[in-house]
Parts: sequence; structure tokens; C-alpha cells
Amino acid sequence: MQSIFYERATDPAHALKLAQQPGAAFIGGGTNLLDLMKGDVERPQRLIDISRLDLATIAALPDGGVRIGALARNSDTANHPLIRQRYPLLSQALLSGASAQLRNMATLGGNLMQRTRCPYFTDPAFDMCNKRLPGSGCAAAQGHNRTHAILGASAACIAVNPSDMNVALAALDAVVLVAGPRGERRVALADFHRLPGGTPQRDTMLEPGELITGLDLPPSPFAAHAHYLKVRDRASYAFALVSVAAALELDGGVVRQARVALGGVAHKPWRVAEAEALLVGQPLSAERSRQAATRLLAGAQGYKDNQFKIELAQRAVIRALSIAGENA
Amino acid sequence: MTIIGQAVDRSDARLKVTGAAKFSAEHAVPGLVHGVLVQSTIASGRILSIDSRAAEALPGVLLVLTHRNATRLPKPSKPDPADGPPNPKLSLLQDAQVLYNGQPIAVVVADTLEHAQDAARRLQVRYAPQKAQTDFQIAKRSARRPPVQPDRPADTSRGNVAGGMSRAASKLDLVYTTPLENHNPMEPHATIAVWDGDQLTLHDSTQNVSGVRKTAAKTFGIAPDKVRVLCPFVGGGFGSKGSIWSHVMLAAMAAKQCGRPVKLVLDRTQMFGPVGARAMTEQRLRLGAAADGHLTAVLHDSIGNTSFVDDFSEPCCNATRMLYASDSLQTTQRIATLNLGVPTYMRAPGEASGSFALESALDELAYALGVDPIQLRLQNYAEQDPEKNLPWSSKSLRECYRVGAARFGWARRTPQPGSMRDGRTLVGWGMATATYPTNRSPAKASASVRADGSAVVRSGSHDLGTGTYTVMAQIAAEGLGLPLDKVRFELGDTAMPQAPVSGGSQTVASVGPAVLAAASAARDKLLVMALADPASPLYGAGPAEVALENGFLLRRAAPERRETVAALIARHGGQAVEADSSSAPGDEKKQFSMHSFGAVFVEVHVDPDLGTVRVPRIVGSYGVGRLMNRKTGHSQLMGGIVWGVGMALHEKTEIDLRTGRALNANLADYHVPVNADIGAIDITVVEEQDLHINPLGAKGIGEIGIVGVAAAIANAVYHATGKRVRDLPITVDKLV
Repeated sequence: MQSIFYERATDPAHALKLAQQPGAAFIGGGTNLLDLMKGDVERPQRLIDISRLDLATIAALPDGGVRIGALARNSDTANHPLIRQRYPLLSQALLSGASAQLRNMATLGGNLMQRTRCPYFTDPAFDMCNKRLPGSGCAAAQGHNRTHAILGASAACIAVNPSDMNVALAALDAVVLVAGPRGERRVALADFHRLPGGTPQRDTMLEPGELITGLDLPPSPFAAHAHYLKVRDRASYAFALVSVAAALELDGGVVRQARVALGGVAHKPWRVAEAEALLVGQPLSAERSRQAATRLLAGAQGYKDNQFKIELAQRAVIRALSIAGENA
Repeated sequence: MTIIGQAVDRSDARLKVTGAAKFSAEHAVPGLVHGVLVQSTIASGRILSIDSRAAEALPGVLLVLTHRNATRLPKPSKPDPADGPPNPKLSLLQDAQVLYNGQPIAVVVADTLEHAQDAARRLQVRYAPQKAQTDFQIAKRSARRPPVQPDRPADTSRGNVAGGMSRAASKLDLVYTTPLENHNPMEPHATIAVWDGDQLTLHDSTQNVSGVRKTAAKTFGIAPDKVRVLCPFVGGGFGSKGSIWSHVMLAAMAAKQCGRPVKLVLDRTQMFGPVGARAMTEQRLRLGAAADGHLTAVLHDSIGNTSFVDDFSEPCCNATRMLYASDSLQTTQRIATLNLGVPTYMRAPGEASGSFALESALDELAYALGVDPIQLRLQNYAEQDPEKNLPWSSKSLRECYRVGAARFGWARRTPQPGSMRDGRTLVGWGMATATYPTNRSPAKASASVRADGSAVVRSGSHDLGTGTYTVMAQIAAEGLGLPLDKVRFELGDTAMPQAPVSGGSQTVASVGPAVLAAASAARDKLLVMALADPASPLYGAGPAEVALENGFLLRRAAPERRETVAALIARHGGQAVEADSSSAPGDEKKQFSMHSFGAVFVEVHVDPDLGTVRVPRIVGSYGVGRLMNRKTGHSQLMGGIVWGVGMALHEKTEIDLRTGRALNANLADYHVPVNADIGAIDITVVEEQDLHINPLGAKGIGEIGIVGVAAAIANAVYHATGKRVRDLPITVDKLV
């Protein structure tokens, strides 16, 4: 590991000020950043430790929603009564990720910023990775790509966002709270993560020096009928091959609203409004679920090793909707 | 009741859970500095230059060891066949050649680990790359016969396979593959090298302290008695620490050049390449059988990868050659050369990979013939070793099938694939046979009974987490006639009596008899002292009339006439009573074929839509001679089974074909089973008395647990789904 400067921020304004220095990076739980630093993938010159900021609160909002502070630990968020009652989907997604030890360290903000696990990105011995070395090429496209994207990829990058939490947040229409040198702004989660396009080095729309302070969840009609389904290579402690956050509002068996977000398939959680609309206005059925799944995967393109994901993702959508529909 | 066999708790458990057990990297050595291994990032070529100026300019950096300044070592002498399989050739910076991605090319030494790591990544290496062969599918076309190893022919045949095939009612011709796998013990390889003049001390995590000594002596051209190797604890080895690898000698070389003790610990990523692997294999199985299941011909052709560094041949056909009484048999083992690190032994080398192919093929034959898989195996039950034409020293495989099937409930199985369901979940039941040879090597031990009546027994063996400390203390206590808590066993030091490599499941069978002999000899000395001592209650009795039991010297006919060992020694000046002993196999291997056997039964649950496989229960039944300790023994067998689940469903080192570089060289991406993957494991060890194998009657149990598990799971997956997966691991993509 290379030598670094370490500074501890005392409040968000101080953090923003410190972050103006060249080579600065925020560190919360460090579960992703420290690994990447040890692997010589991330090379911040200054670590701005924000872990002591007062940003770990989880509290109800007047409108019936919930605000989660950026430093809330994954385990605390997953087990918080407000989250368990109002957003069980988020709780499930968080608990399906990583290990208990990692969840005890990892923060909401860090999870939003989690970087891809593409092996060509995480090992700097590979000289081709547009995300790590813009313009160098994508080694995964012609390499081993079993875990890579089937949707929204570009010639420059076929990596996927590895987070489970993000998938649930996408389905729940979360809004990310961002503070920056020019004030605060709110960013819909759907817009927060980017597709790679020609600039895969940018995972999110966050500008340099901006700080995630928290996240708002709008009031949810989905608590009774939601399911996070994660398909992976072992029973625990593995990233998703595909995952589905499915959420339904049922009224006498009729679907009033539906949310379906896919994980493990793209550079960001994948939602298609038209696919969700196919489910609305009638009872949940296998046939409708299949149509929604087909629509959600429209345009999917596999590579050498991950063709199976296209069919698997559709089956996972159907299953997740079926389980969500059963929940009481 | 004897002490041997009891379910005694591990004697080192408390030390380990409290952190008091000192592993190789944890020894405090004055003046210690830190080495970091630097590896190649190309698979083939030459190093043109290593610019170390930036690294050397950093604070605390003491040495950048490369092929330019490495100590010139004496030319390696020819391996002595009497020494057993030679150690793999090492990469000791003697030239600029690169033969695989991840080859050691430099060592950076600094005052702190962080300084060494920082400096290591500042080395600027320029290469002249050459075309590398990383694709097994291409390399296998020029597969070659491996160099002959004693006891291990590449090819065997018996009977007339062409004739056997031509009269077969059912014929199968199938290809199975197993992937490259890397050993991932919890404790990575670690070495501390300390020179004191021309005396070298190595704290090394190894399964073979005497092997490390021998290799170090040869490497540096010094006498073996100038080298001492210590290893009281090993955090798992699984075969990767049975051979001696480059970093150990490089740590010693760096320590010599620095004039400081050097610690060199491999990080997790460095476990994938320079310290061995389980070779990837492609195995073709051709079976011919009569309608009743009798095997008329078996042909097993195996190709495993080897390396350009040195050759290693995965002996996949070992079990096939002896397991079933087919009319005819032909086996070939070939190697295909890749630009990868040299493979090595990994838990049940040969049997683990070979049994996946053989036992899967038998299952396929059972379906082709419409016979029960156990019945098919019984139909071909080998009453003697069909390869060596020798009787078994003992074989309880019939009993293993019977007990295992009964405990599992096999009789309730409906054979039709997909016929057993639990709601929407597909249930599958599969089974396989397990076997592993009973090995034994010469070993020595010493016993010392001290004035307080306690004893210390020593042998330079190893405890890989297997229970050696515990079972050797049990054996020693039994031999000495002392209570278990009066006996301490010590191991892991070349200053102790020599023991063989702890590999091939041979530690108990090799070291145990030596320990028993040394302990018994010390006991006999005590008894002789007592018989000749007028002050002893045993005085005047005949040797057959006395005993040492539970710490008391006594007359058998009148046990109340007794005294303590401490009392006897006190009267004789308080000097410890010592005995050395050695033990070695005789010609029993010429008279008998010696193997452990077992049967493994598996239930899988497969999600028909998502392709996920769960293994809620496994039943294993084994005939392994006399079990030294039911607790540690069952744990060993269970650990093997757990690894078998990993082999079946999880493990594979993924290699980038363009660079020959491992893509999942960490424990997040290289999958082994987690707790949630493991269901109920039921283990039975059947009663088995074997008077021929060794004085303890104990067969090895370290490896047989993994054998057959992958096939049993694959067979169960077929039973559940109707899908035959012949390529490990059985992942979701192969079932959706």
C-alpha cells in the first residue's frame, strides 16, 4: 500500500472542505476502498475519514417515508424496525449481501459507491480496463465474462454494479441526498448510477468533492408484497449472478403498482417502466409475469460466458414476482 | 478401556481459539525485517530489466533481490529415487526466464511490511514476452507421457479390453473434466529465515520440516545439520505445504544478503500460482458391461495439466485400477504442458479427480442398464486387488454400502430422474464409492518419563489441524501406561526424531507406531528398574507379572501392590527415563493391498427454474481400520466431505487465456463452501480390524473423505434433474 495522508472530518462542511484537496477520497466503512487500495486499483493521496460524522440516523419522515443517514451501517439499516416494517425489500437485499462482518462495517453511502468486481478492473496487472485506465480497452469483452453485463453495456465496458442494496433502492424509488461545494441536491436513485457509455470510469453522476449525506425513501405501498431474490454460486457470501427486487401493491388480488429491478445484469440497477406497466391493472399471473420479464430483458445481449443470464434473469423475475405476490 | 479410540478433545484447541498457538509468521525474532514476493505479470518470456531505483530510494528499503543480484546457487543435484517424489523445481532468481504468470521474480526487503509493499509495487519490470500456452484444449493435443515415477506407472492394462468391449451388452464412452483448483488453507504460506553464521533456522508453515531442511541444505550447498526447521502449528496445508516452494528459499537468500532475519508471508492472491494447484483434468471413461452389470472392460484415459517449470502428473487412474473387478482394464495418464505454476498434491490427489469420472460413469452405466447403483458396484466387487493380484489387508466396503444405505434410507429411492420432489424443488439421491491407499513411511520418536511422573514424547511430525498432537498423546499414554493428562506430545522440529511428510494420509500410520514403540520402550525400562529394585513392590516378580497402568507400576495379580512412576524415578536419582524408537513398514505391501474404503450418499435439492443446488444431507460410511480418536477422526472425514461439496459445486481457478493470469485469486471470488452450503453430515466408521497394515491397525483418514463426494453430488443432480453434468463445478449456468 502506498503512503497516504489521513484526515478526520468533524462535520459535513469540514468534510467538503477537506475534499477540495487534490487526490482526496472519503472513507466510511472502508470495506471496498481499502481492498482496492491494497490491490493498487484506487490510489487516493488523502483519505478523508467521515466515519465519525453525525450521519448514521435512521428516522421517519413526515410524509410516511424514511430518511437513512449515509453512515448507517448495512446491518443497522437492515435490522432497523422502520426498515423492516416499511421496506422489508431493502432489509432482505442488505442481508443477502456480503457477510455479517462486512455488513457491520459497510455504510449506506459506501454501498452506493461500491465499485464493480470485474476481475480485469480489480487487478492492475491487466493493462486493459477503461474503468481503471480510460482509453486502455475492455479486457472483459473478449475475456472471461461469466458475471458481466447483459444489459446497457457499451463497447468500452461490460462491468456490472455489484450492490444488492442498490437494486432494492431502485425498486423503492429512493432519492440520494448529496452535499457539495455549491450546495445540496437530491438525485433519484435511477439517475444516480450511470451506464458506462464511453466513460465507464464514472460509476455515478456524483461530481468530484460531493458528499452523500443520506437517502430518502418515499412512503411505500409495497411492504406487504415484496421480495428480493438473489441467484448466486453459493448459498451466502457471493455476488449475484442475477438478482431481482420485486414489489407489488395488490388490491383484492389486482396489481395496482409494480416495481421490478434487476441486479447483476448492468452497470446500474435495471428497471423498465413498460415492463412494470404490463403487470398493472390485473391479477398477478405467470403469463403476465413472463411478459414483464421478457420486456425487462428486451435488448439483452450476452457475451461468451454469460448467455445463460438472459434466461436466468427472466426466470428469476417470474419467481420473485410469484413470491412477492404470495407474501402477506 | 483403552485411551486410543476415545473421543478426546483436541489438546491444542484452547491454544488455537485463544490465539496462544504461535504460527510460523508469529515468532518474535530480534531484528526481524520484512520481505515481499514480487511476481511476474506475463505468462512466458524473459525479463529485460527490473528498474529498482524508485523502490530502493524509499525509506526503510534494505534489499531488492532480483535475478541480477541473487545469490548464485550450486547446480541442483540429481534427485535420489530413494527420497520419493522429487521436490518441484524452484524459481530462485537464477535467470531471466518467465514460465508462468505469477512466477517469483523478485523479493523486496524493508524494515516494515508497509515499506516493503510500497517498494515492491514501484519496481519497473520490462519483459520480452513470448507466446504462452494457456489453453488446455490446445495443449492436450500434444499431451505426453509423464516421466516415470516409482509405484506409479503412467499406463496399465490387464485382460483383453477389445474383447471385453466387443462382448459388452452396454457400452459407454464419456468425457469428464475437473478444473484447476488452488489450495486455500486459512494460514497462507509463511517463512521466517534466520542465519546465525552458517546455521540457518527456518520457521516455516509446512507439512514436511525434514523436507524443508533437505531442500534448504541442497539449495545453499550446506550440510543438513546446519539447518533447523520449526513448525509447531500449521493452519491447514492440504498438500500445498507438502512440497517446498520458492519463497522459502528466497526468504533464506534474502536474510543472508541482508544480514537480518527475514519474514516472508504470501498474501492470499499469491496462493494462486507459485505454491501448487490441483491440476485440471480431462478424463475419458469407456465402460463395457454385460446385461447384469458385470464390467467386461474399463478404459480410463486421463490428461492433466503440467507446467513448463516442472512436471506433475495427476494420478487420476489410481482408484480405477484397483476398485472394481472388471474382466479387463486399460488406463493411461498423460500430461499437457501449460504456462502455469506447477501443480502438486491436493487432498486425495488422483482419487478426488479420478473418482469423479469413474463414479459418475458407473452411475451412468447403472441408468443405462436399469440396475441400482449399489447393486452395480456389488456386482463388480473386487474380492482382491485386481491390479496387484494381492489380497486386501482388510476391506469393509460391503459393510460401508450396507450401513451407509441404511442410514441414508437409500431403499426409498425411486430411480427415475425427477421422480422425487419436495413441492417445486427437485430432490435427487446419489451415491459413490470412496477409496484411498494406506500409506506408511519410516518414522522415529522419543519418549522421556520425568521425575514427576509425566512424559514428553517427541517426533518431528506435523499437526495440520488434523489432531496429531491429540492422537499421538493418546498413543503415547497407552504405550507408557500413563494417564493422558500426564503426557505431552511435541512435534514440528527437525531437532526431534525424524518423521515423514504429513501427506498421503500417512501420519498416524507412520508416526503412531514409532510413538507407540518409544513409549512402550520407556515403559519397559521403568518396569525393568522396578523389578530389579528391592524397594519396589514389584521386586522379584517376573516380567510378565507386572504392568504399568494409569501411572502405577503394579503386580497384575495383586494390583494393590503398586507404586507411582515418580516414586520409582525418585529412588533412582530423579533422572528422566528415556527411550528412542523407530518404526518402518516391512514387506506387508508385497503381501497385501492396503486401502481404506467408504461409501458416500448425498441428497440434493435443485431449483428447477433457477438451477441452484443445495445439499441438505450427506451420509458417509468408512472402513479405515482402527480409529485413533472418534472426535478428531470424524472431523477429518467431515472436513473432507465439506471440501467434496466445494469440489462439486464451487471451486475453480479461472485463468485468463490471454495472460495466463488467475482471475479469482481471492476468497471472495474463489468459492469454497460457506456454512450455509453445508447441511447435515452423518459419519459412520465401521468396525474393522486390520492386523497387517501397521502395529496400530490404523488406516489414514485425511483424504478419503473428499473422494467420491463430487460424483455422488453429480449423480444426485442427475437423479433430481435428468441433467448429467460432466464438467465440474456444477454451477447454475449448467443447469438452467
